[in-house]
Amino acid sequence: MFNFCTDPDTLPKLEWFACYLTTGKHMGFYFSFGTVLLLLAITAPAALLFGFGGASAARARFLPLRWFGKAYISIVRGVPDIAFFLFFVIALDQGFEWMRHKVKCPDWDQPIRQGNDFVVCAQAKLPLGTAPQWVHETYGFSLAVLTFAIVFGAFSANVIYGAMRAVPKAQIETAEAYGMSRRQTFWRILVPQMWVFALPGLSNLWMVLIKATPLLFLLGVEDIVYWARNLGGTANPRFTDYPHADWRMWYFLALLVFYLLFTKVSELVLDRIMRRLSHGQDTAAGEAQRRAAGGPP
Amino acid sequence: MKKLLLATAALALSAGMASAETIRLGTEGAYEPWNYINDKGEVDGFERELGDELCKRTELTCEWVTNEWDSIIPNLVSGNYDAIIAGMSITAERAEVIDFTTNYTPPDPSAYLAMTPDVDVESAVISAQTSTIQASFVAEHGWTLVEFATPEETIAAVRNGEADAVLADKSYLAPFAAEEDDLVLLEREEQIGGGVGMGFRKSDTELKAKFDAAIQSMKDDGTLNALIAKWEVASTF
Amino acid sequence: MSCWQTVQDYALRSVGIGERLLPREDFTLCEQFTLIGSGMIWNIYFGLVALLAGFFLATALAMGKASHNRLLRKPSEWFIFLFRGSPLFIQFFFAYFLFLSLKGVSSVFDPFTSAGLGAAVVLFFNTAAYTGEIFYGALLSIPRGDLEAADAYGFSGWKKFRKISWPTMLRLAWPAYTNEAIFLFHATTLVYFSGFPAWQQRGDALYYASYFADKTFNPFIPYPILAMYFILFTLSVVGVFGLINRRLNRHLPAERRSKLRLRPNLLR
Repeated sequence: MFNFCTDPDTLPKLEWFACYLTTGKHMGFYFSFGTVLLLLAITAPAALLFGFGGASAARARFLPLRWFGKAYISIVRGVPDIAFFLFFVIALDQGFEWMRHKVKCPDWDQPIRQGNDFVVCAQAKLPLGTAPQWVHETYGFSLAVLTFAIVFGAFSANVIYGAMRAVPKAQIETAEAYGMSRRQTFWRILVPQMWVFALPGLSNLWMVLIKATPLLFLLGVEDIVYWARNLGGTANPRFTDYPHADWRMWYFLALLVFYLLFTKVSELVLDRIMRRLSHGQDTAAGEAQRRAAGGPP
Repeated sequence: MKKLLLATAALALSAGMASAETIRLGTEGAYEPWNYINDKGEVDGFERELGDELCKRTELTCEWVTNEWDSIIPNLVSGNYDAIIAGMSITAERAEVIDFTTNYTPPDPSAYLAMTPDVDVESAVISAQTSTIQASFVAEHGWTLVEFATPEETIAAVRNGEADAVLADKSYLAPFAAEEDDLVLLEREEQIGGGVGMGFRKSDTELKAKFDAAIQSMKDDGTLNALIAKWEVASTF
Repeated sequence: MSCWQTVQDYALRSVGIGERLLPREDFTLCEQFTLIGSGMIWNIYFGLVALLAGFFLATALAMGKASHNRLLRKPSEWFIFLFRGSPLFIQFFFAYFLFLSLKGVSSVFDPFTSAGLGAAVVLFFNTAAYTGEIFYGALLSIPRGDLEAADAYGFSGWKKFRKISWPTMLRLAWPAYTNEAIFLFHATTLVYFSGFPAWQQRGDALYYASYFADKTFNPFIPYPILAMYFILFTLSVVGVFGLINRRLNRHLPAERRSKLRLRPNLLR
């Protein structure tokens, strides 16, 4: 990085650290913070979408759809996320390749499962064997996002399902009295009003999601914990220009600070959203706002 | 099988990949001196050099991929990369699921690292990394085994007194014994495993044959021994 | 070997009773079911200990956070923030490190470096923090009328807390607390996975599941078995908590009962 980094053994402490903290390996570490943030930024709306779909399915009038929604919520919620991550990504990947194989190579005459091997034709590989490394990494990342979204979608489906039922009955009845159809009632009355009930649960879920990111390394994504472990371990002078003892503690301390700060910021933002959503709502918080603004008691 | 390779070759040609076929090599990246991530953040070590040389000899383009040790075999058979080159000992169990090339290091003993040289391993607490051949070895002998998730932790356990000795590949432990005054290698060593080889899918026989030939040619012209000596990973052939 | 024989050999393997050697080859479904089930003993143990102990600390933390006294409020707030704001994985790492150093100070701390005690303590603090926040939220949403009624009856101090605030708080917090219990039981799988070492191959359900996944190189059998155990267990947790919920709400008129049960506040 810096010009004076050519011979780290001779450097005084400050310069040594300046060089040490800017090695390519550390750049990978810093980059992984971005990876984690990006994953959170994509996963949160995706999980919300899955949750909304799951909750809507769970209250559908069509029976098989309702069963599907309820089964999704209770099965995925029942399984520890680690157990899910340990086999689900490979299953998902094989599932996609199997479908592409069926479409692209209809006249393939060999079995797909040969003993333990999973063999599909070259055109069906995801990504293609010839694709550059970054495509492979992006694909792995997308699989991770999808897996996270499915898992946390089930939890948010549960929250949204509860929130939909918490909207006061009178509101729905009024809508029906005005002659709205079931669909209109759902989109114009139920959905806009449920958010205030769903938000405490969803914000809690967001906090849990943040803290699930150390599991990313199970999904083959090089996340911050992966790098912290790799960088913190004892560095032998034979294999590095910057030997040091077991420094895992300091790296984990940095991660701790990162997670605490991130939690704090999230809390502040979510509080603000909650206050906005409560505005004009028929709840205790909405009532308090109205009074504070000088409305009649 | 021939058909598959022909199809791949045809595809490679049609996709404009006139030069060479690309294959992906999977490794762990946390097991010095075999494979590790260097200061630049790239895969480095004995197997990096070996793999690059083998790819040159087989006229293939190789890309390096890192993967968690625990899922390194399931990801190979599922087709996420084409070969494992990760200091993996050839064992009968593993050979049932994947095919190994001929070994590129001789079968070497595993060693014990401890704070004092007079540890009696049969009555002591031995630490080992979970799901390694060394962990199975200690468990089978009925000695007191304590398992950690990473190799780093197994050595930390000896330093802080949780375990009396750690059992692992000698080449992994030796740098620690050399570098730090308080750690020593025991005289006793164990013969476990049958050398280290590359792992391939059982259906990829032709690719494996190519690498077998390349390893043999490196054995014959002495370059493999030179590499082994340079990285001090094992005894030479 | 018959399946019944396997059950006899391995059903208590995770606590060190029965056959010492784990199966080495020709793994049967029966062996996988038995050993992974045996590991569940640890998951249930960690979950129960942390949940029971955590319940009391959580009540104290919630009271502390709602208190007007700074000396009570600040420590409770910090405790909750620290444990809710960091991944359990990192808490395990630091706790193990701390227990190791304490061991050097006094031999009293010796048992803490084993998962059985050390990890239970971490899980206890962790769940106390999460539950404390849930209870705190519930404490704030106790209807004012209830408290005024207590005053009118001349209840004060301990009696008011015991008879009015506490039961109402529990009632309001129960749905969210059920979720917390589920999360806690799931979190117990992290103990041997990344926190504490496994002695003599005695581990939890995930430890044995990954043992089989490692030996058979096939993740599609042991992990779904593990998932199945957890789904069954989660369903029974939900069932037990549902029964307690019914009891907590038994004094309410029928239509208000169901309404309270569905209150989604603070679900996580």
